Parts: sequence; structure tokens; C-alpha cells
Amino acid sequence: MMEAKLLLPDVEEENGAPFWAGAARDELLVQACGACGNWRFPPRPMCPHCRSVETKWERASGNAKVWGFVVPHPPLLPAYAELAPYNVIVVELDEDPTIRMVGNLLASPDGALNEIDPSTIEIGEPVRVVFQKVDDVTLPRWVRA
Amino acid sequence: MAKAFLQDKVAIAGIGQTSFGKGIEDSELSLGCQAISMALDECGIAPSEVDGTASFTMELNREVDIARNVGFGDVTFFSQVGYGGGAGCGTILHAAMAVATGQCRVAVAWRARKRAAKASRPWSQVPARLDDHWMWSRPFGLLRPVDEVAMLTRRYMHEYGATRDHLANVAIAFRKHANRNPNATMREKTLSREQYMEARWISEPLCLFDNCLETDGALAAVLVPAERAKDLPTKPVYVHSAAQGIPPQHQTMINYFNEDPLLGPSWAAAGQLWGGSEFKPDDVKVAQIYDAFSPLVPLSLEGYGFCGRGEGAEFTNDGALEWPNGRLPTNTAGGGMSEAYVHGFNLVLEGVRQMRGTSTSQVENADSCLVTSGEGVPTSALLLRN
Repeated sequence: MMEAKLLLPDVEEENGAPFWAGAARDELLVQACGACGNWRFPPRPMCPHCRSVETKWERASGNAKVWGFVVPHPPLLPAYAELAPYNVIVVELDEDPTIRMVGNLLASPDGALNEIDPSTIEIGEPVRVVFQKVDDVTLPRWVRA
Repeated sequence: MAKAFLQDKVAIAGIGQTSFGKGIEDSELSLGCQAISMALDECGIAPSEVDGTASFTMELNREVDIARNVGFGDVTFFSQVGYGGGAGCGTILHAAMAVATGQCRVAVAWRARKRAAKASRPWSQVPARLDDHWMWSRPFGLLRPVDEVAMLTRRYMHEYGATRDHLANVAIAFRKHANRNPNATMREKTLSREQYMEARWISEPLCLFDNCLETDGALAAVLVPAERAKDLPTKPVYVHSAAQGIPPQHQTMINYFNEDPLLGPSWAAAGQLWGGSEFKPDDVKVAQIYDAFSPLVPLSLEGYGFCGRGEGAEFTNDGALEWPNGRLPTNTAGGGMSEAYVHGFNLVLEGVRQMRGTSTSQVENADSCLVTSGEGVPTSALLLRN
């Protein structure tokens, strides 16, 4: 399957493992400080607000807004060149707009990266998370809310 | 106010560079040694006197190999600066600090690179699984530096009304300067606004001409105490001020995770740079601004205080970046977009030429020159004076 050639995360990397395990259960998890409760992303060992190394994982609603987007064209790695032009978006979560994640805007939960007409994407438009299994990894992506 | 410790204590006395091109046969080691050798010969310093070095962590030539080839003596200071294109001015800063504090007496800083070969581009090398920070962006197809900067550009356009016309101002200005520079890769090729607008996309909203070149080549600079520089055959160019910068919560070019991603590393470096300087932005008549991608120029103009926040795009209008009549002729040898892309080190050498009065687009009466390294990554900057 072509998608197996896409770049994929090491889901066992120690800081991010709970995020990817959550995604595999269709849950968007955000790392939170075990002491002061602030969310942070990407996950890391120490809270920059209070320096606690206690962490917990909290489930986000999965509601977000488009913060920015690009449309890559070749030259690209082969698996991505086959899809180009496709969109990549950055979303900001409704619960905390400084928590931003890179993803893709899809026409449907099982859609491809290149189905939405990029000229219709607008900064600020509401989206919600969906989960796509690629090989043995589940990636959070986004559809219009 | 007390004079900053580093101010004018150290001078760049010699510069050297190989030719720029694609498919140059010489190895990176050979190119690096040639550039350093030329820089030493220019100022009449023997290789055996070199006792300090500074380069990039991404530099593939180790200090020991350079030293064994060029024939250095006892080297008592050697430093490498990280973060790719953010390192260039930092190597001069490290070398200057080492000379100013007496850790060494003759320092060389250099960058040698064979980037024109496609296989050499860092993003083209694919690991089995991503276990570093790129795991949060690359799986989604945000693969290359241009994609990462295009995302910030889209947001910049959205927040401040910047347009492709502003980015074209940058690309066209630098190309005009390259057309006057016989050493520039693009010396023969002009660039019109129409060509810019019709160019193929690389990562929307950035097109081909928003990107730097891919170049083989090497450049080097020799730094000595100011007192010694006065006795050498070349005109001394003083390191007036220098700084590095990482802002809070910064995450290299995928800088989407902090409170305000458009407040990049130049903002962090600027306070230290101007704090150690007798010049202020209004006094500076010429600049060399890191231009791996065109939008880094307006972002840097804002960060270093040449205009207000969000005004960098507008600043580029009316030929402001163009020699000879612009408010701030910038990248007067053509920069990374039209002279050569050697991780921004060519910007340092053009800054030196402006202060010597030997640029092919010489700004009259310029007595200081800003040189910056990569905005968007942990960065560095210099203020040179003559």
C-alpha cells in the first residue's frame, strides 16, 4: 500500500508515546502538567511554567480552528509527490489556542490529503479531529466541523 | 554608558572564497582549505599563526582536517555553532570573543558546502521512523524547510496583509544586485515581476523565486585583534557588535507551538545586538539579511527594528532594498537567493566588502553594516563597522 511509504512517527518515543496510544483509541490527548495543570505541546519532560516533571494526559474535545495552511508541490519524497499538491494545516485547539498541531484537512474521515480544493481553505475555519490508521500508526487529521 | 566588552576589539582582516557553482569537482575539504588559504594570504598571515577556529555544527570538515591541510600551529580555541543557517554570524561572534579574551590570537571562521547535489539536502534523507521533533510535522507532509517557512508566511500574510508582491520586491532586489556581481551564480539572469508571478509553486504561498539557490562553494574569514589589524595590508573591518538569539519556547522552523510564532529569533538577538552598539537601526545604511526564503527578510527587518511589527512587507516597497537609492540596500552581492547559498556565510563576506568599499554595489558613506543569519532558527547577527 502506497501510504506505507509515508513518513511515520516512532510511537514508542518516550515523550510522545501516550499521544500516539490515545490516537490509536480515537482520542486526542494533550500532555498537561501534573502540578499546575497547564497544557503543553509537543510533549516534553518538564513544565516550563512550574518546572514540575509530573505529567498527566487529558482528552481534548477535538474541536479546533485552522491557524495556517500550505500546499506543497514537488520536489518531494516519492510518496508525497504522488499526492501533491496536497494541503498541510496547522490547527489551534479550542480549549487553548496556543496548543497548535500540524495535520491535514480531509473531505471525509477516510479521505486523502489532496481532496479538498486548497483555494477553499480559510484561516479561522472550524475543524474537528478524525483518526486515520496508516500502517500500524494512527494519525490525527481534521475535517470541517 | 560603558562600552560593550566586545565592541571594536576584533577585526576581520582577511576574506577568501572559492567560485560558486553546481557540480564543482573539488571536495568539501579541498574547497574549505582553499577559502581559508586565500583569506590568510589576503591579509598576509601565515597558517602556522592560526590558533583559533569557528564553524558550523553542520560543517562536515573537522577542525583537525582543516588544520592538517592548511598547516595550522597549536590550536587553542575551536568552536562550532548549531542550527544550520542560524550559525553564520555566530561563528564570527565565537571567533571574535575568543580573540578578544585572549584564548587565541588568529581565528578563522569558515563554511564549505557542496549542496548542489540533490542527495545532499538534509530533508531528502528518510529515517525508518521519526523519533525527534519532526515526528509532529513530517508525517503530515510538512517535509522541507520551505514548507515549514511557508506556513509562517501564510500566517504572516493573514495577520498583516503581506502579499506576493512584497515577496517579489525581495527576490527582484537581490537579483538586480547579483546582476552586478561577476561572482554571483545569477549574474546573467534577470528577474521580472512577471517571471516571479508566473513561476511554479514550491509550497504555496511560496514559489520558486522565494527560495535560495543550491550551491557548491566555500568562504572564510580571518579575525585578529584590532591593534594587529591596523598593521596588515587589508583595511580592517571591526566586529562592532554581535549576538545570538533563541526566543522563549522556540522550536526551530516548525515554530508553531509558542504564544506568538511570528516573534522569531531575530527579536531575541536584536536587544543584545543594539545594546552593544553605538549605531541604531536608523544609522545603518546597508544590510545583509539571511534569505534562504524571501519572507525571512521582512520578518528580520521587523525583528532588528528597521520598522514596526507587521510593517516588514510594506518596508520593501518603492525599491527600499535596492542599490543605490533604496532606504536600506540589502544583500548587495545577491544574497542566498541570487549570489550563492552557502548557509549565509557569503552575507558575512559581502558585509566586509561593504565596509572596505569594494562591493560591486557599494553603498556610499556606509559606516556600518548589519549582517544576519537564519531567521526562523536559533540565529545570530553582526554589526560590522569600518
